[in-house]
Amino acid sequence: MIRQVTFAAISTLSLTATAAFSAGDGKQYIEDFAFSFEGPFGTFDQAQLQRGLKVYTEVCSACHGLRYVPLRTLSDEGGPHFTEAQVRVYSSDNFEIFDAELDDYREATPTDNFPVNNSVGAPDLSLMAKARAGFHGPYGTGISQLVNGMGGPEYIASLLTGYTGEEKEEAGVTLYENTAFPGGWISMAPPLYGEDVDYDDGHSNDLHDEAVDVSAFLMWTAEPKMMDRQYTGFVGVLILALLSVLLYFTNKRIWAPVKYKGSV
Amino acid sequence: MSGIPHDHYEPTTSGEKWLHSRLPIIGLLYDTLMLPTPKNLNWMWIWGIVLTFCLVLQIITGIILVMHYTPHVDIAFASIEHIMRNVNGGHFIRYLHMNGASLFFVAVYAHIFRGLYYGSYKAPREVTWIIGMLIYLLMMGTAFMGYVLPWGQMSFWGATVITGLFGAIPFIGEPIQTWLLGGPAVDNATLNRFFSLHYLMPFLIAGLVIVHIWAFHTTGNNNPTGVEVRRTSKAEAEKDTLPFWPYFVMKDLFALAVIFCVFFAIVGFMPNYLGHPDNYIEANALATPAHIVPEWYFLPFYAILRAFTAEVWVVQLASFVTGGIIDAKFFGVLAMFGAIAVMALAPWLDTSSVRSGRYRPMFKWYFLLLVIDFVALTWLGAMPAEEPYATFSLIASAYWFAYFLVILPLLGIIEKPNTPPSTIEEDFEAHYGKSKSTEVLGNIAPTPAE
Repeated sequence: MIRQVTFAAISTLSLTATAAFSAGDGKQYIEDFAFSFEGPFGTFDQAQLQRGLKVYTEVCSACHGLRYVPLRTLSDEGGPHFTEAQVRVYSSDNFEIFDAELDDYREATPTDNFPVNNSVGAPDLSLMAKARAGFHGPYGTGISQLVNGMGGPEYIASLLTGYTGEEKEEAGVTLYENTAFPGGWISMAPPLYGEDVDYDDGHSNDLHDEAVDVSAFLMWTAEPKMMDRQYTGFVGVLILALLSVLLYFTNKRIWAPVKYKGSV
Repeated sequence: MSGIPHDHYEPTTSGEKWLHSRLPIIGLLYDTLMLPTPKNLNWMWIWGIVLTFCLVLQIITGIILVMHYTPHVDIAFASIEHIMRNVNGGHFIRYLHMNGASLFFVAVYAHIFRGLYYGSYKAPREVTWIIGMLIYLLMMGTAFMGYVLPWGQMSFWGATVITGLFGAIPFIGEPIQTWLLGGPAVDNATLNRFFSLHYLMPFLIAGLVIVHIWAFHTTGNNNPTGVEVRRTSKAEAEKDTLPFWPYFVMKDLFALAVIFCVFFAIVGFMPNYLGHPDNYIEANALATPAHIVPEWYFLPFYAILRAFTAEVWVVQLASFVTGGIIDAKFFGVLAMFGAIAVMALAPWLDTSSVRSGRYRPMFKWYFLLLVIDFVALTWLGAMPAEEPYATFSLIASAYWFAYFLVILPLLGIIEKPNTPPSTIEEDFEAHYGKSKSTEVLGNIAPTPAE
């Protein structure tokens, strides 16, 4: 089996023409939602991440896991920033973990990760916002991604709001038409309709807001250290820029007598 | 060591004399740092330092990453996420390492094309050039194996495709592929050996870098005029050169700081821009990604690999002549490796008596076309294998080979080169000498020292 797949991939890749590239790309529509974390100085909106977590907990987690995300990071600064007590309560209230030592299930604690959930074969969402690119091109130049970002969270939000209401059955599986999904038909039933989740902060919970909130939350699960990283990068650029200026003048000074003979 | 006459280290204190008679290491350092360097080097001569720093950066960040990474198919992907989430500063170190590979290749391509334009490969620097090409090949191997380690979808399928290239070799291909993979398909054995080799090869590169530096310290640097430093007397040599320290060290450090500004901005603000989203999906032998695209720095040669399909007459001819032993797939592999081989042979293919492209009026245009061709191949490598890209790829690949195999040998015969300045000093004076500085520099506004 693996051998066959391998062989197919090699021939696809190396020399024969393939239509794989064009599949669905033309039809896909990704809306460029505005997120607070865009741009070099963008930050996660803590309240939005908390709302997104609620959407994930009440809706997504029924089928999707977040296996790489430690529950304790919910209290991280630069993340949803809950108190440690809140995270303890959240963990034990929502998730049960199989403990190999007890040989039984027990309530989750902050030291556990979000549980794996592959009951219906739904993909894990930990890295989804980095594993999908919403923006492409034009013509393979990558300029769109340079300007707009990779488009991962935009893809997720577009997918959640992109159902047209059309359904079809194929080989016993119901497929739903979706304008953001490559190929146009997805096996996931519309998960959000609007007003599915009551937000604690009284924020509007129409479909658009729920989709954007949970996409922002998934961007955080994919890139929890984003704000740290941008800060480190900023300080690095600042120090290096200063160093560049100093070295520029040092270099100029050193070369001056050589370049303009006799004038020193 | 160097053929250019210059002062050598003389131990003065008794301590230095004691050490020098046992291990002349201070002398070695002195001669290396005080190497007479042509004083007219321009800003394209900074890439060597950038490359050295890249190698150091990759080795340091790599060693730290290895402390937390686990090369096993079951947990390799999870261990990367462990680094990204739980290791202090791990996310930044990993992004430095990931993007460090890209900076490494930006620098190496600039360095190679510098050499191609100014004729740095020509006698007596052929050995430096060949060692450089070996370093470049090792870099590609190292980068490829490193990309497999996170065990994402692109890692897995990239490994499958690239090792599949060896499978295209007639008769012995399949056993070689199995031997490389350590089994019939990419699996744990493959991951482990790639990890081992990925750790080993940077040190081989470091060794070759020392030999590379040794070689050009023996011949002396090339320079933008291609004119050799005068060696008849120390006084004359000193008119053409300046010691590497402090003149070129400071210049290179300045360039390095500017380049690292841009590099840190990319690592800090857009670390995944040069990566592929599919590599954030764990490897799955049963699901082939729709697009299998190599990292950007392999794209030019990937385009050449794909350009030679069974419809191309050269391929059909090769297949006919060899009785089908060279099929389209094997031809593509030969073309890809051949593209690097012809570049390595440049010292013997270039027949011109003038070294630097600056004094070669026809060569300039063909070289410019080669640069455009390289950029076009990079772009074509990322495009789907369909029309019109297939035809473009074929044209671009053909030019790559034509440049080295036809244009370089012929130009030396038909081109009438301009006369280079007779000495480096003359060139330098023309640009920076006091008498002409005002008119040549014009609006650059020379700052007279007070």
